[in-house]
Amino acid sequence: MTDKQNDSNEGLSIEEQKKKAAAEAKAKALELAKQRQAEKEKAADVSEPIAEERELTKEELKKKAAAEAKAKALELAKQRQAEKAKAAEGSEPTATEPELTKEELKKKAAAEAKAKALELAKQRQAEKSETTKAPQSDEPADDLAKQKALAAAKAKAAAAAKAKAAAAAKAKLARVGGGDTSTEPASDDEKAKAAAKAKAVAAAKAKAAAAAKAKASREAGTDSTTESAGDDEKAKAIAAAKAKAAAAAKARAAANAKGAGTEPVAEEKPSPNQPILDTYRKVIKEHLGEDVLEDSYINRLSKDVPTLVAKPESYYKIAEFLKYNDQLRFDYLSEMHGTDFETHFEVYNHLYSYNHRQSVALKVKIDRTIATTHSITPLWEGANWPERETYDLLGIHFEGHPNLTRIMLPDDWVGYPLRKDYEPHDVEV
Amino acid sequence: MIRTEEMLLNVGPQHPSTHGVFRIVLKIDGETIIEATPVIGYLHRGTEKLAENLQYTQIIPYTDRMDYLAAMTNNYVICHAVETMMSLEIPERAEYLRVIVMELGRIASHLVWFGTYLLDIGAMSPFLYAFREREAIINMLNEICGARLTFNYMRVGGVKWDAPEGWIEKVRDFVPYMREELAGYHDLVTGNEIFLNRVKGIGYYTKEEALNFSLSGANLRCTGTNWDLRKDEPYSIYDRFDFHVPVFHTGDAWARYQCRMQEIEESLKIVEQAVEQFPEEGPVMAKVPRIIKPPKGEAFVRIESPRGEIGCYIASEGKKEPYRLKFRRPSFYNLQILPKLLVGENISNLITILGGIDIVLGEVDG
Repeated sequence: MTDKQNDSNEGLSIEEQKKKAAAEAKAKALELAKQRQAEKEKAADVSEPIAEERELTKEELKKKAAAEAKAKALELAKQRQAEKAKAAEGSEPTATEPELTKEELKKKAAAEAKAKALELAKQRQAEKSETTKAPQSDEPADDLAKQKALAAAKAKAAAAAKAKAAAAAKAKLARVGGGDTSTEPASDDEKAKAAAKAKAVAAAKAKAAAAAKAKASREAGTDSTTESAGDDEKAKAIAAAKAKAAAAAKARAAANAKGAGTEPVAEEKPSPNQPILDTYRKVIKEHLGEDVLEDSYINRLSKDVPTLVAKPESYYKIAEFLKYNDQLRFDYLSEMHGTDFETHFEVYNHLYSYNHRQSVALKVKIDRTIATTHSITPLWEGANWPERETYDLLGIHFEGHPNLTRIMLPDDWVGYPLRKDYEPHDVEV
Repeated sequence: MIRTEEMLLNVGPQHPSTHGVFRIVLKIDGETIIEATPVIGYLHRGTEKLAENLQYTQIIPYTDRMDYLAAMTNNYVICHAVETMMSLEIPERAEYLRVIVMELGRIASHLVWFGTYLLDIGAMSPFLYAFREREAIINMLNEICGARLTFNYMRVGGVKWDAPEGWIEKVRDFVPYMREELAGYHDLVTGNEIFLNRVKGIGYYTKEEALNFSLSGANLRCTGTNWDLRKDEPYSIYDRFDFHVPVFHTGDAWARYQCRMQEIEESLKIVEQAVEQFPEEGPVMAKVPRIIKPPKGEAFVRIESPRGEIGCYIASEGKKEPYRLKFRRPSFYNLQILPKLLVGENISNLITILGGIDIVLGEVDG
């Protein structure tokens, strides 16, 4: 087997790498601890009670876990390198080849799973010994050989895994990069925007990076100079890990800033949906006149959905207009329900236009004593059952509904349960 | 001379092929349905009324009991609504865990549909296979949250439990396994002539009708409407994954079948990518106040559940309980079209059409 050869070739470098990994893991852990502490200090200033108060005890556990994870990641990277070396000599095609038969895949999967389990156990042992006494060099040689064999078995899976890990790392890197390179001034709301943008960019980049990485790794597999490629890989991994840490730190800082009780920054900025709402208002005004709308605003809590509040008498007219006007074409009723606000009832419709890919919320306030409005079932068949449900549970009558009967509760039910003043009817009392 | 007369036929509420307690009163002429009246509400538990006296975290277990075949998406929708109102930032790791469990849930849900649908129309063995694979998913979800169906896994700001050691690897190994089994399903069912005869051209409706009746999910996509909230109004981290939305154009039960089967594949793709990108460490809970109080106001969010658009409306007074909570339950909306589809059909197609809509009665009745 070629594994033996690999052993003798790389024994030294592996040891070195392991040492390095250990050192790095420790450093990271320390850094993390520091960050956490800083964060906690900040959090102490916050007046609001924060959920994670038990963190004190969890802290150490977390630190340990983090260090462990990092060490593992490095180890994996190393293994991949070894595997690549093998791939360079080997006659076998790489793992991701699609023409493998199912049988082979299955076997491979099984072998892989086993290898993984063993590997994990080994790693844990190694880690333990590392923390208690000397570094890995004490490990018996045949153990190392075994590990190697396992690594080789795992190699194929790892090749695929690499691409994804890289993609994830890249995404993070990209995010950080995006944040850094954005030339916008660092005013608060600007920042928020930049962050959002960076996120979007990162997502797109991640995909591209994944593809590129996969390609690169394939090339490296056939390349004879695997040593340098491996180094490169490692450097990249380290860089990625660092970027990740930085991103995490940044996120934490942001969280702290938020937790410190500053107002949400988006408040002053006009919503991106404001022009859309203006268009709706304009079109409705042009066609239906001035006083059909009671109110119209952007609902910031609800993903900035433009919201129209119709006057009770023009509710149906507006609904009809929203559906049939060419500039609006809200052909889909996504949701319809009512609410008892004690001073009045309110019917809420969420409409969607598949032509223009826009949403609008249409509301109407109804006098509680009359509790009647027009049904929109003639416009959207989908409002049929929801209106029945609203009638059933809230007692709002919909004029023009084809079959306004109770739908959830029995026909002889007394009262409307979702009304705030509802008292359960009990024949015994 | 053959004489037929109208007859009232009561199906359900306790009828196995209604997949729950659903009753439908049919007026039939010979074997032809001339009128169908669905009767629902047998499983109405008043979730929305109960929620008015519960804190947000306490409501989450109730959502498990609506669509009990894909409770993870239900968990998510209420958390997402509250998080949207509070503009919370969710930790990466939590987002990935959420996506993984939601997509696994979607696969499990579609598997149940696949198995029971074929059982309904006369094929016994696919049911056994589908439930075997579903069991693997349920076991994984059980491992991460301690429940097989009523997960109660998500919280406002993240998830309750981190993945146990080795869990991600298990999910990773599941993907190729499921792909292989899925190919087996196609060998077993998809080309089967008896099956094709039972579903092709049955329960047909047009795109306009689908939109008019507020259908969503596979019921909408089978008519050529390319609409999936995961793609079109991306929430969580769905914009990071590369998947496509299966769309078919024939609008019949056959298209709905193909849609759902391909959605399993796409969900596997998402799971695979999520596992690849899974952050190695990090918190699974954001820093949230101990008592969750969304600001005063109202919000409506909608996400893609296996059955279609599931939405959550919250009207908040800034208190720890919602003033009004409303779920847009996709099965409830999707079922509305049933009476229309049944008119003029042979009674033997009743189950094919009803099953094709894929309802969960817990969700229909709220």
